[in-house]
Amino acid sequence: MANRIIFNVIQVLAVMALSPLVKGVLNRLKEIIQSKRGPSIFQPYRDLWKLFHKDEVISEQSSWIFRVTPYVVFVTPIFVALLIPVLTGYPLFFAFMGDMLGGGFILALGGFFATLAAVDTANPYGPMGASRTRMVGFLAEPVFMIVFFTVSFVAGSTIPYIVQKHWVTPLANFFEPSHVLLMLAFFMLIIAEAGRIPVDNPSGHFELAMIDESKGLEYSGRGAALMKWGGSMKFFVLLCIFLNVLVAPWGLARGETLGEVLWAIPLVLVKIFIFILILAAVESSFAKLRLFRITEFLGAAFITSVGAMIIRLLEM
Amino acid sequence: MSELTSTFSVLAQLAALTAGLFLLTAFGMVAMRQVLASLNLFVWQSVFLAASAFLLGIQHASIHLYAVAAITLVTKTVLIPWLLRRTISQEIYARREISQVLNIPSSLLISVALAIFAYFVSTPLLGVSGEPLVKLNLPIGIAGLLLGAYVVMVRREAVPQVIGILSMENGAFFAGVAIAPDLPLIAELAAAFDVLIIALVMGLLTRRIHERVGTTAVGQMASLKEE
Repeated sequence: MANRIIFNVIQVLAVMALSPLVKGVLNRLKEIIQSKRGPSIFQPYRDLWKLFHKDEVISEQSSWIFRVTPYVVFVTPIFVALLIPVLTGYPLFFAFMGDMLGGGFILALGGFFATLAAVDTANPYGPMGASRTRMVGFLAEPVFMIVFFTVSFVAGSTIPYIVQKHWVTPLANFFEPSHVLLMLAFFMLIIAEAGRIPVDNPSGHFELAMIDESKGLEYSGRGAALMKWGGSMKFFVLLCIFLNVLVAPWGLARGETLGEVLWAIPLVLVKIFIFILILAAVESSFAKLRLFRITEFLGAAFITSVGAMIIRLLEM
Repeated sequence: MSELTSTFSVLAQLAALTAGLFLLTAFGMVAMRQVLASLNLFVWQSVFLAASAFLLGIQHASIHLYAVAAITLVTKTVLIPWLLRRTISQEIYARREISQVLNIPSSLLISVALAIFAYFVSTPLLGVSGEPLVKLNLPIGIAGLLLGAYVVMVRREAVPQVIGILSMENGAFFAGVAIAPDLPLIAELAAAFDVLIIALVMGLLTRRIHERVGTTAVGQMASLKEE
């Protein structure tokens, strides 16, 4: 029992420590594809360090929501990291505290507070980004629901640790059409949720075209650092759900020794690196969609997930 | 359900996967805005059709199905796209967006309804054959047929309509290959050449229309109607 609590804490620490690295590698890869050198992969750590040492400016007009939000955004991915398989293939201490739906709710809570805080300061760009994020969010919601319900119907459970076993035992299950379509739909969902390129340009500096970034424009100092760190942890957690639950539950620790759990960290990083290679290729080969074309992008994701559902449910 | 899937071999799963991707390309053809993109999707759909025929050929150890796969690959992924590109002028490809009767999100919702409808239509037919692959391929073939018909209905351009008809044919073939794997080769050959001739005739016709009228937007034909 004590073991499992320790592993759970290690899992959270791994998410906290490694999530900026994932962002850094992704940015570097994209720069290399554009035949530039790009910043070091440790640049996000330096940014966080710098921001933590800067003064924070908070508008007098803002309410408590503005001050609380960075902490909420920072803490919610940590709670989700307690529930999902990041390093181990067996349920840990907190695994049965909440299922995937619960994880979705917790992540949505962070998004909700970020939206409120963007509206709070009455900066003209904040509410615009907030309303756009909500638009992407409510279009992504049905996709998430259908992916989630199909997955849990197939596995007979909503606990991610149980779901992940189904697709690879036996291995033939991996090639099941509904599984491949679900992976595709969830990949599109990650692009939309994390604000990657066909939906949103994370490295853009033009406020009018921003969707996700403009919500955090008002933050400075520690608040900005927490928002950034929370954002990259959310991305890491989404990747863990995608890779460890849906796509490739290989490389997770099976045994209950500390060594095996620590050895799982590089293996998980390798998986994430492969995924990031694919993501960077996708991001570099598409142009950003116009705002009202996002409906079509997420409509396509919806169709893919519904296709997966009907193949699975109506097949027999 | 779970016992059935565990008895599925990897081969059967791969066949199922091509079926799933086939359905996805059929959906994609409804969602695409560009002419070239829908032609490329048609090529992919034909590749999946050929792959499905090939996998079924391994399953039944039938030389016919290998031949069907080869014919499909040659005619539908090489000859027909080449013909369409040759006969239809460049102007049509240069125009980026196809006008539609309905906008794309609502088209997608309708196409989901069509796919579910295809499953319900094929349920009574499934009792005839006990094979799992027929159960999988027949509804998807019918869905491909219906979605192709929907594309023909909803597009206002001649070239995407031609592609829609060809993808209808793909859907019919997809179901047919699964139901009747021992169809004589001559029938398959005839069907393949039929499609080739159809594509040629329709391509020439569209080219003629384009030369005469200056456009292939058949949606404008509504103005010919007398009130």
